[in-house]
Amino acid sequence: MSTLAASNKRSFWSVVWDYITTVDHKKIGVLYLIAGGFFFLLGGLEALAIRWQLVKPMNDFVSAGFYNELITMHGTTMIFLAAMPLIFAFMNAVIPLQIGARDVAFPFLNSLGLWLFVFGGIMLNVGWFTGGAADAGWTAYTPLSTISPGEGMDYYVIGLQISGAGTLMAGINFLVTIINMRAPGMTYMRLPLFTWTSFVASALILFAFPALTVGLFLMMFDRMFDSAFFDPAMGGNSIIWQHLFWIFGHPEVYILILPIFGVFSEVVSTFSRKRLFGYSAMVFATVLIAFLGFMVWAHHMFTVGMGAAANAIFAVATMTIAVPTGIKIFNWLFTMWRGSIQITTPMLYALGFIPTFTIGGMTGVMLAAATADYQYHDSYFVIAHFHYVIIGGTVFGLLAATHYWWPRMFNRMLDERLGKITFWIFFVGFHLTFMIQHFLGLWGMPRRYWVYLPDQGLDLGNAISTAGAFLMAIAVLILLYNIIKTAIKGEPCGDDPWDGRTLEWAVPIPAPHYNFKQVPLVRGLDPLWVEKMDGRKEMTPSEPLDDIHMPNNTVLPFVMTIGFFIAGFGFIYQKYDNALNALIFVGMGIALGAMLVRSLKDDLGYHIPKKELEKEARK
Amino acid sequence: MTEQDIMNPKKMPLQPEKATLEGKNKFLGFWFFLGGEAVLFASLFGTYLALNGSLNGGKSAEEMFGLPLVFIMTMLLLTSSLTSVYAMHHLRNNDFKRLQLWMSITVILGLGFLACEIYEFYHYITDYGFTFRSSAFGSAFYTLVGFHGGHVVFGLAWITALIVRNAKRGLNLYNAPKYYIASLYWHFIDVVWVFIFTVVYLMGVL
Ligand code: HEM
Ligand SMILES: [Cu+2]
Repeated sequence: MSTLAASNKRSFWSVVWDYITTVDHKKIGVLYLIAGGFFFLLGGLEALAIRWQLVKPMNDFVSAGFYNELITMHGTTMIFLAAMPLIFAFMNAVIPLQIGARDVAFPFLNSLGLWLFVFGGIMLNVGWFTGGAADAGWTAYTPLSTISPGEGMDYYVIGLQISGAGTLMAGINFLVTIINMRAPGMTYMRLPLFTWTSFVASALILFAFPALTVGLFLMMFDRMFDSAFFDPAMGGNSIIWQHLFWIFGHPEVYILILPIFGVFSEVVSTFSRKRLFGYSAMVFATVLIAFLGFMVWAHHMFTVGMGAAANAIFAVATMTIAVPTGIKIFNWLFTMWRGSIQITTPMLYALGFIPTFTIGGMTGVMLAAATADYQYHDSYFVIAHFHYVIIGGTVFGLLAATHYWWPRMFNRMLDERLGKITFWIFFVGFHLTFMIQHFLGLWGMPRRYWVYLPDQGLDLGNAISTAGAFLMAIAVLILLYNIIKTAIKGEPCGDDPWDGRTLEWAVPIPAPHYNFKQVPLVRGLDPLWVEKMDGRKEMTPSEPLDDIHMPNNTVLPFVMTIGFFIAGFGFIYQKYDNALNALIFVGMGIALGAMLVRSLKDDLGYHIPKKELEKEARK
Repeated sequence: MTEQDIMNPKKMPLQPEKATLEGKNKFLGFWFFLGGEAVLFASLFGTYLALNGSLNGGKSAEEMFGLPLVFIMTMLLLTSSLTSVYAMHHLRNNDFKRLQLWMSITVILGLGFLACEIYEFYHYITDYGFTFRSSAFGSAFYTLVGFHGGHVVFGLAWITALIVRNAKRGLNLYNAPKYYIASLYWHFIDVVWVFIFTVVYLMGVL
């Protein structure tokens, strides 16, 4: 791996220090990939434990309480600590390159966002070691979550609050980066689709996460400071949590899928050797999905008792989202139509994604029929639906992105043969696990139950589902083997290994830390392809060679995060002993102190002089 | 742009807060941040509206809230917004002394607001036993108004830090955006208060 290999000569600790203090979006991308990948494996282990418990009726592999912790932590980990950070990994690694920028708009915030996510994730998992992790479901419905004993749900609240703050910063950073840092000629309607969809997803983050922030604050106050938001005995109302959670939660599912739509758009176009069909319709559909995504949250609450009128409105609003989604599906199909298709690993994932995701969308529309949802709700049918969209969409997309951008990030190609084997095992394992769950749901199996009775017609289906889960695990192991193998034995892949179309492939591999010696001039959609078609090998520069301005590394984001992390423990444990309030003051003191230093100490970055750049060019 | 151009610009541009790329990024990023803050307060308002009738046997808004004090608070905060506009006017004029002066007045008015708010909370707690824990209404009230108050405290600390930090040097292209977004933040706090005044207090007593 280039970034790691290049630093082999330095001592281990100097490399660690470099990564802790880095503000380089490429390194931050690598860190997101490592941390997100770690949590993905952790969440996967939890999933295997869940499936093993359900492999046969009345199983006693885990206790009921532990089962609750497993399902809660599996969902929370996968959504907040695996899927989103892995998306951020590729956003960081690719977007500045795709828009011809040397950097992101807020390198400091970018680093802060990363560390907040990492330590928020650790916080969530500390619960395992202090008498039980969170156990009220990833949706943490009140009053179950507010009366759940122990500290598990406290860790949920504080952990998500910390990592959520990080996500918000990452979102703002990418919004401003994409608006302000584009190279000359990179107009909005020339943005690669991955950049476009990430841009819209960032806007969703900005407007959705604060609702979760507030929900978490209220839950924190109820649990730790005895307020009465969700306590009916004191006049509280537990439905407020559901609204706040889903006002965040539904946009969240589009945060998870929109950037992935972007990934597949790039992959399909690259490996069909055609420009994307219906580019502007794609952009329009993305924006429309985001817009509608804010108006449908109550489809998660059809059975709460909102009344027929509200249910009807939210049902219809929900169904309309299928329209822009359908537009996208057809655009991908038409992009492939008469293209010269290359079946590479990323392309395989794209081909697997289209039918899989379509099934997930179809069950979504079924669920959106409010009256029918009284039957489906809280059954395995819902579990099947959202795994079809989240695994069949987001995870397939992340795996495609991993294979597609791996050479961009690490100067190695992943082994294509192993990649294809991974795909097929994963694909088969996935459908084996989740197709049957639709039927288990319709046959009456509720979600989140620890055991089921024998001879209810659920035995075989569950056994099949568990078998599929282990196939997926095998696929992931092969992927890991592939990564290790190519890291040790692989050859450097050199520039532009896929014969790419977009700007990230115009940057040499490995990339210099300033990305572009001269910012390129963009002359059309798929700018690199435009140049290739004109017989050039490289981008035309938009400026003469000159000094390059870069930001300084800084340890402050890390320190700030440690501060919040310490304060978090104070908040959780102050109820036992007032003296523990000291932790809150120390932690917040560190965090606010670091903030003050950031505000007061001038940090103008540094310049790479022109002479040095010329010298490098001659080498 | 060299460091010299940023820290000691020979000629101050018309909009020093947006003269550098960093300044432009800060300006736009902060607007986005305020968008997120708007959703945060909207969620708090929604919660408050759902719970403001849940008295749990305690006194209602109508029985407790007195408009005169709240009116004074509103005036203090609105005026402080105005003074920060003057400050921004002098930022554009490159008149650093007056910029500092008006920012300081903003801080003083903000402190006045805060003092009133602390008195108000104290009054409710001691005279009515209306606390964060006494009812869902209490939780929602103190959380909404308290979040706003917390924003005021943060804003005051921030602006004070800027005033002190830059006292010995003049305006430049590096600190101009900092002043500018601090004043944006202050306006935002003011706008939120206008909503609190209307939704919590006016609608509470009328
Ligand atoms: C055509 C588009 C879609 C429609 C119409 C749709 C509709 C629905 C409905 C009505 C529910 C609630 C079911 C219930 O609890 O009874 C639901 C649940 C869910 N959907 Fe979708 N959905 C769509 C796409 C997606 C996508 C793209 C994702 C994520 C990438 C997603 C993720 C989820 C999740 C996570 C849940 C379950 C949350 C929970 O209760 O734990 N959906 N969907
Ligand atoms: Cu939804």
